[in-house]
Amino acid sequence: MPNPGLTPGSMFLSEYAMKSKYSIFSLLRNSLSYHQNWERKWRSPDPKPAYDVIIIGGGGHGLATAYYLARQHGITNVAVLEKSWLGGGNTGRNTTIVRSNYLLNESAAMYDHAIDLWENLSQELNYNVMFSPRGVLHLAHNVHDMQEIGRRGNSNYINDVDAEFITPDQIKTMVPIINLNCRYPVMGGVLQRRGGTARHDAVAWGYARAADSLGVDIIQNCEVTGFDIKKGVIKGVKTNRGVIKAGKVGVVTAGHSGVLADMAGMRLPIESTPLQAFVSEPLKPIIDIVVMSNTIHAYVSQSDKGELVFGGSSDPYVSYSQRGAFNQLEHVVGPLVELYPIFSRLRMMRQWGGTVDVTLDRSPIVSKSPVKNLFFNVGWGTGGFKATPGSGHVFAASLASGEMHPIAAPFSIDRHYTGALIDEAAAAAVAH
Amino acid sequence: MLLIQCPFCGERDLTEFSHGGEAHITRPANPDKISDEEWGDYIFFRTNPKGIQYERWIHSHGCRRWFNAVRDTVSDEFLGFYKSGEQPPKIKRRKVLRK
Ligand SMILES: Cc1cc2nc3c(=O)[nH]c(=O)nc-3n(C[C@H](O)[C@H](O)[C@H](O)COP(=O)(O)OP(=O)(O)OC[C@H]3O[C@@H](n4cnc5c(N)ncnc54)[C@H](O)[C@@H]3O)c2cc1C
Ligand SMILES: [Zn+2]
Repeated sequence: MPNPGLTPGSMFLSEYAMKSKYSIFSLLRNSLSYHQNWERKWRSPDPKPAYDVIIIGGGGHGLATAYYLARQHGITNVAVLEKSWLGGGNTGRNTTIVRSNYLLNESAAMYDHAIDLWENLSQELNYNVMFSPRGVLHLAHNVHDMQEIGRRGNSNYINDVDAEFITPDQIKTMVPIINLNCRYPVMGGVLQRRGGTARHDAVAWGYARAADSLGVDIIQNCEVTGFDIKKGVIKGVKTNRGVIKAGKVGVVTAGHSGVLADMAGMRLPIESTPLQAFVSEPLKPIIDIVVMSNTIHAYVSQSDKGELVFGGSSDPYVSYSQRGAFNQLEHVVGPLVELYPIFSRLRMMRQWGGTVDVTLDRSPIVSKSPVKNLFFNVGWGTGGFKATPGSGHVFAASLASGEMHPIAAPFSIDRHYTGALIDEAAAAAVAH
Repeated sequence: MLLIQCPFCGERDLTEFSHGGEAHITRPANPDKISDEEWGDYIFFRTNPKGIQYERWIHSHGCRRWFNAVRDTVSDEFLGFYKSGEQPPKIKRRKVLRK
């Protein structure tokens, strides 16, 4: 639970407060030396022999967990172990859409908690994560879509998640480049104004810098290769930099969650599949909200640099290649050109893939495990970026107390035995 | 894009096929006798290997028959194809390429 005694600025008073605060003055001061003397954002310490908590995985979720452990719970003897570089997993590969308009109560609680934290995150971390609540619009192209957004929009409304139904005329005003009478005509939409985008790298770096200044050790190029488990209790981890003891361990490894589970002698209800995204050449501003469409499997937003950011569906097969199939690209481009004819002459600049950890009910696993003091925060699949602050916040509370935070509790692994699944296929399968 | 060797039709594009997930998962013989844990394990839990995976495919836009394949999930390279009911080919466990 949040510690009310701490105010956002107080982390800079901690014993690690060697870092100067970012401000207009630090910008001016550093401009005098041509920006050559900015201090490093975090230390790169050697691993200590033991920690109270080890977080495996230096993506947004792992770093956020470490930050809230230190910040909210005063647990600072913490290491984040990352096998390559911070944010090099899905955090740095995603299309950065943030929204909370999921269907079910459990999801609404989780994702809306995250939006509450997003809104003040840049101030809290003293790092500009460029959260841009520009609005997220879901289009409906047929009667089924209209019923789906109707059901979901009303469910959002009951859960205090903002949702507005929008007519085709209103859509045309908001998105002038859209072709409403395309192959599958646009019949309506649901809009979440609090949703939008954020800068993915900045989220990882901002949490890393803030966690480091509270004493958390962030250790890159440190791959966990096994666990030390005695009589069903976790004792530490084996890494390419030696054995490190730990009181508690949190696995936050996204696409590699199955690999880590295997090291602990268990399996997860997860399959890791490729998911791709693409960006175009930079353009003048032409679309100022995020537009998604489940039926035609495509979504678009425009980055601050002017590039259009596109994404589609994941490939259906297990793969760790970080490389998706070509036909997925075709599936995205065809409908996009139909919906926005102006895109037909656009050139694509880059295309890439991530390995997403997809559960069968499209909801994450934030849970204890059969091994005591070994916790998992995985299975965020194609849509976990938006949850980063909320996930880290409730996972930290769970690690600190040893009992799952009320928002996290429904996302237990056990739901696959009890049948209390949190089925978000309609809200999450295409729209990430 | 993957090229897939249907044992009945030969090599075709990925787009002609649908993926059927991990192969050789046996449905429990007495579903009403087993525990919730065993049933949940059968329905939801998967090996999800980084390395050699045995998997099912169906040639949806071709002969519409199911068959099995062995693939390295790091490189996506297919290491063998075989018909349903046949024994999987023996694949030497290669050192998994680290990414
Ligand atoms: C193309 C694409 C588009 C997406 N679009 C969106 C979107 O628009 N909105 C949204 O909300 N979500 C989106 N997502 C999903 C989102 O990116 C993820 O759910 C989220 O970033 C997961 O964050 P994470 O910190 O859990 O994982 P990651 O950022 O993947 O971090 C996990 C880290 O664990 C490390 N690791 C793995 N194994 C080990 C080991 N053995 N030892 C040490 N470290 C290890 C990895 O190197 C990695 O850095 C998208 C994903 C992709 C791929
Ligand atoms: Zn065939």
